[in-house]
Amino acid sequence: MANLKTSAKKTKAQSMGMHTEVLTGKTQQKFFNPDEAENFFYWGTHDVDFNKRTELDVKDMDCKMANDKIDRLMSEGYGTIVIKNPQGKHSLGVGILNKLNLIFEGSLGYFGVGSIDGPIVKVNGRVGWSCAENMMAGKVIVEKNAGSCFGAAIRGGDLICKGSVGARTGIDQKGGSIIVGGDAGAFTGFMMQRGRIVVLGDVGINLGDSMYDGTIYVGGKIGSFGSDAVEAPMEKNDIDWLNRKLSVAEIGNNFDVSKMTKVVAGKKLWNYDALEPTEKKGAI
Amino acid sequence: MAKKKKNKKKKLKQSKGQLGKKKETAREKMIGQTIGYRYDVNLLPDYKKLTPFLKKYIEHMGWDDLNWLEDVHMGYEENRPAVFDRNANGWVTIPKKIKLPDNQQDRDMIARELLVKFQMSPNHPLVDLKKAYLKF
Repeated sequence: MANLKTSAKKTKAQSMGMHTEVLTGKTQQKFFNPDEAENFFYWGTHDVDFNKRTELDVKDMDCKMANDKIDRLMSEGYGTIVIKNPQGKHSLGVGILNKLNLIFEGSLGYFGVGSIDGPIVKVNGRVGWSCAENMMAGKVIVEKNAGSCFGAAIRGGDLICKGSVGARTGIDQKGGSIIVGGDAGAFTGFMMQRGRIVVLGDVGINLGDSMYDGTIYVGGKIGSFGSDAVEAPMEKNDIDWLNRKLSVAEIGNNFDVSKMTKVVAGKKLWNYDALEPTEKKGAI
Repeated sequence: MAKKKKNKKKKLKQSKGQLGKKKETAREKMIGQTIGYRYDVNLLPDYKKLTPFLKKYIEHMGWDDLNWLEDVHMGYEENRPAVFDRNANGWVTIPKKIKLPDNQQDRDMIARELLVKFQMSPNHPLVDLKKAYLKF
């Protein structure tokens, strides 16, 4: 019988001591070096030039090939990439972690532009389920309609759909802004924890169901409120923010945001007394 | 018996400064509950307070505003000012050398600047992980 203990090859992670390190909790006492201030992209990503433009026809490529090609173009410094013939393929343009102008001339399938962190994406068509899922930063503009779970678990950035969106928009949202020019389906803002959702049209039933925090603004009719979602008064800050965001989103010109309905969490689900005792210590 | 009563009064005085015992904010009044955070996570940024570094960062990224940084605020961890780094999933404490203003808008702008610098630094903790686990 082979001796597994001696024959097992040490991985790079093991040789770096990552399997034996002592975990001491979440707080990191060390901070940054101010001399590294002018770096605007993550380690291992690409510093591209917006003025360097190219086109990529993905008609005969699967999503992995297309995404590899996009990555290669970014590594060559291309900052504006136009994708021709996306033909509703799934998972296109995912995992882009640097700045980029990405333009899709057509529609995307499921999980398009997921887990992105920085790029500006324009889709000149429709998108399927879970567009921009787990988006961290950047801006995504969808010219037509979107499927269900639009912006699922989004953590930051601006996600804009000029048409209407399906059910569970912004489910588990943890930050960022989702802006919808048309209507939104049932369970919009389901379990959202932070961030903002703006719907200029109507929304379906159970709006903001089990929302923990965050804000939802609705311009049209509301099917019904979900559990723990309550109406709140609009304030000047809200109106200023909405006007600014709608101009960023390039939709809603001349829309009277002051007449929108603001929905927040009723906070019945909050249990900070038990969960975050250290947060309650004296002010600094 | 009389001495014991005096001690009780002293304890009450000490707890006055703690959160929940202070004057409630407008939001706390509205929801009728004490907010657990000691900063407003829903505070909208005041763009007049943008730092030169943040202006440069926004311009570099080609965005129209602070984008994801709108949700970044100066928080607290173990009684020290700190910023939550979502990439490392942990609080990063502010060095004692940096003096912070009292205004939350100013503090938030500093938090945003420090967080960007920290995340983009080659010394970020995730760089080691990426070196070890990078597949493609």
